[in-house]
Amino acid sequence: MSYPDGSPGWLITRHAEAKELLTHKSFSARQEGIISPVPTELQYDGRPADPGAFAKTDDPIHSQYRKLVTGFFTVRRTRQLAPMIERIVHEQLDDLEKAGPGADLVEVFTESVPSRVMCEMIGVPESERKTLQRHVETLGRLSCTVPEALAAVSGMSGFLSRFVPARMDDPRDDLLGDLIRGGQLNEQELMGMAATLITGAFDTTGNMLAMGVFTLLEHPDQLAKLREDPELMAGAVEELLRFLTISHLGASRWALEDVEFAGQAIKKGEVVTVALPAVNRDPERYNNPDQLDIGRTDHGHLALGHGVHQCLGQHLARTILRVGYEALFDRFPTLRLTVPGDEIPMRDDFVHYGPRSLPVTWDD
Amino acid sequence: MRITADREVCCSAGQCALIAPDLFDQSDEDGSVVLLEAQPDAGRLDTLREVVSRCPTGAIRIEEDPGA
Ligand code: SF4
Repeated sequence: MSYPDGSPGWLITRHAEAKELLTHKSFSARQEGIISPVPTELQYDGRPADPGAFAKTDDPIHSQYRKLVTGFFTVRRTRQLAPMIERIVHEQLDDLEKAGPGADLVEVFTESVPSRVMCEMIGVPESERKTLQRHVETLGRLSCTVPEALAAVSGMSGFLSRFVPARMDDPRDDLLGDLIRGGQLNEQELMGMAATLITGAFDTTGNMLAMGVFTLLEHPDQLAKLREDPELMAGAVEELLRFLTISHLGASRWALEDVEFAGQAIKKGEVVTVALPAVNRDPERYNNPDQLDIGRTDHGHLALGHGVHQCLGQHLARTILRVGYEALFDRFPTLRLTVPGDEIPMRDDFVHYGPRSLPVTWDD
Repeated sequence: MRITADREVCCSAGQCALIAPDLFDQSDEDGSVVLLEAQPDAGRLDTLREVVSRCPTGAIRIEEDPGA
């Protein structure tokens, strides 16, 4: 296929080939060579990623940075965060209760929970959260213009250049404090790392939380099953991740050399995009791929990527989703949409797919 | 059956600890894989195959007993 800037590119829609690409040594995730497969105002200008922004680098640089924070995101550590997450979820649900019956679930609940969790983990003051959220949102919008992006970037870096040095003088007992005390990162790198964590956590999980609620409300049989047997929750979260694949533009890599891949000759510099939603519904991999089945056991989806860049915060996201869905449907058993599902406005011009708003109501 | 886990290759994605918490854990420092049980009984083969296929970096290998 041809990419929006006219250069030739490739699209992967098969599950097996996607896994192979994302672990292939001849393909790079470095920001320098990535071209978006969909038109955007912003195209990378060949600049390398900022120091500490490890998602857009390759190994060994990538793993040097990533390893400094992976200890905070293990399965066990993120499970230990459940009480904090539960507190935040319930506080937001208190707000929801006060706001209704009848409220926008995105505004009161799904958007706030993950950003509050991440802010608490790295010690970002609550007063800054909404502004940062807007910046992250701007940068994730495909129609974002260059001046808008510059404003968002300078808003972010303006905040970070006040926040990080202040914390370096006075490290707290949190993730950022530990990184500072570890002494392996300089100020620039700490800023890049904080930006990566903020951008990685805010929009992604919020959209997934909202999309999952929307989807369950639209599949009442599945929701009823889940209510009957709460044990199904972990599997339901995986199935929602697969079914929804909110990173709908996929993951891209570029060839570091001429290489033959999946029977095609790919030239050095050409970009290959994994169409994650297609891959996660590959009929060669899944039975009835287009059906939401929370009882499905053969997940192995790629919604969170594959290879060394597989989502760092995935277990944190899983915990937020599990706690969030559980508490919401538990406290609001009569929750329902106030408009037909096809009238819900969607964020189809964003890197992460989700509803713009989710008008719901419930019986008092 | 023997399992090996390569900490150098591991990117700490924790699929192993998620799928089979009795066989794998992750270190507190850098989240890299910690093997809790190197020779689980053969009944765990399906779970282990799932772990191998889900590990994003191919850090985990199973050596099946010859003839088993
Ligand atoms: S699944 Fe693989 S990469 Fe992830 S922690 Fe386990 S061994 Fe490491």
